[in-house]
Amino acid sequence: MLNQRTIQELIQQLEKKEVSSQEITQACLDRIQAAEPKLHAYLHIDPDDALAQAECADNAIAKGADFKLQPLLGIPISLKDVIAVRGQPLTCASRILETFRSPYDATVAHHLKEAGAILVGRLNMDEFAMGSSTENSAFGRTSNPWDLERIPGGSSGASAVAVAADECIASLGSDTGGSIRQPAALCGCIGFKPTYGRVSRYGLVAFASSLDQIGPFTKTVYDAATMLQVISGNDPRDSTSLRQPVPVYTKALTGDIKGVRLGLPKEFMVEGLDPEVETAVRQAVDHLQSLGAEIKEISLPHTDYAVATYYIVATAEASANLARYDGIRYGLRVEGKDPNELYTKTRGAGFGPEVKRRVILGTYVLSSGYYDAYYLRAQKVRTLIRQDFQKAFEEVDAIVTPTTPTAAFKAGEKTGDPLKMYLSDIFTISCNLAGNCGISVPCGFTSSPNLPIGLQILGPHFGEETILRIAHAYEQSTAWHKERTKVL
Amino acid sequence: MAQQEFDIRYVANLARIQLSPEEQETLGAQMNDILGYVQKLQELDVSQVDPTAHAMPVTNVTQPDEPAETMSHENALRNAPSTSNGLFLVPKIVE
Repeated sequence: MLNQRTIQELIQQLEKKEVSSQEITQACLDRIQAAEPKLHAYLHIDPDDALAQAECADNAIAKGADFKLQPLLGIPISLKDVIAVRGQPLTCASRILETFRSPYDATVAHHLKEAGAILVGRLNMDEFAMGSSTENSAFGRTSNPWDLERIPGGSSGASAVAVAADECIASLGSDTGGSIRQPAALCGCIGFKPTYGRVSRYGLVAFASSLDQIGPFTKTVYDAATMLQVISGNDPRDSTSLRQPVPVYTKALTGDIKGVRLGLPKEFMVEGLDPEVETAVRQAVDHLQSLGAEIKEISLPHTDYAVATYYIVATAEASANLARYDGIRYGLRVEGKDPNELYTKTRGAGFGPEVKRRVILGTYVLSSGYYDAYYLRAQKVRTLIRQDFQKAFEEVDAIVTPTTPTAAFKAGEKTGDPLKMYLSDIFTISCNLAGNCGISVPCGFTSSPNLPIGLQILGPHFGEETILRIAHAYEQSTAWHKERTKVL
Repeated sequence: MAQQEFDIRYVANLARIQLSPEEQETLGAQMNDILGYVQKLQELDVSQVDPTAHAMPVTNVTQPDEPAETMSHENALRNAPSTSNGLFLVPKIVE
């Protein structure tokens, strides 16, 4: 089935004119129609528009388009509903933006279009990217394709599901505290978070500006390298975007990791780490060692403070970024007798409980009298966490950890206890605080039920090539990434 | 510093978010839990540590002060809940 193939495979077939983009797109649309009643990954889908784009792609191919210049030509890709595409909805899974249509393209959307991608549908998420299960969507939860009673992770849960269930060939999500890597692990696909600033945030609806990054979900590491290539680069419209040139990421996939030094942080073997997850990760590390990597125990001493730091810094930034939803220029408006009442009623009606929780917490930690004790202190602890990684990367080339402490949990299991939900981000969160890059690759399954387990590989700033190379070598000598759910 | 009882109504007003009485109770309790948890940052000695505001510091990012193409007026108003004469309509601010 064409929708089950990778970008790499499909580009080869398109080049040889063995298949057409319309055939590939139709295969994805058919799968979406069949699977969506059970998965609910897509908030919006326009099949006619998708096929029209595919027709344009086929015309371009017939006229001799160069796949080197357009490496995604004809490939159906879906975007988390937090990334702007002109004329498309941009709800962020929130009632406050339920009817909003984006007037412009995000830089990454522009890059995808230039590369010839077919942009299909809008993917569900936790509201305003706040959550770890996609249960915080105002429009219903998305199901994990390996067990429909379980969550796919979040906040980019549906971006992982759409790829894992072969509804699209690749997708984009965003990662602020693990929101790409964690769902990738729970759904059994590849998820990549670039170094902060590697990919432009212009057109990404802001949650926490010093932590947010856009990244790809794919079926293979090679595809992740291809997607990363297309979306990376400096952008004058994002003043935090980096100026360093973008290497050809696929060239890093040499298959050779002899002598690569991998660090295992001793603080990551925590209470609450599922024994099957621990076993799968230790086996993966042994496997990497058999491929020639050197394994070293390292220490990230401030690991225990990462979640607390994150939930002060991220919520503070979120309280500022979400101040714009005031019912005036766009979105939901609930009338009031004066502007203040209009704002409070609009935001009261439009924001879901998790968003309210985080905006209020963020407001508090920035407020007069509390700023020093909370926000300033958290920024200083953030420095200590960054320094932990800097010191570690003097001794090792990459750090390996489980991506999540457990496999996918059941829907409703953690919604009553926000703090419990926050603590499940323990392995992914410090990477965003430090600005480092990270990838999750499938490394096994729990026995019953049969649920994916992810291996996380963290790299230093600009360490994309290193972690891609390690992940690729692991993937090519194992078969976990080829597994697909039999549930639907 | 000792953690005081969180005044949910005061902070919700600062955040311009209206909460129902049930929400005030639930969120207030959850805030106390979360603030209790983040107290652990007080354990650390940060007296010699500079704060990090930027994950990847880039400085002096400027562009020439030149006019360029921008969004059309119509496009900017397209999602507005209420407009008049090509302007956003807001409730009266000054009596």
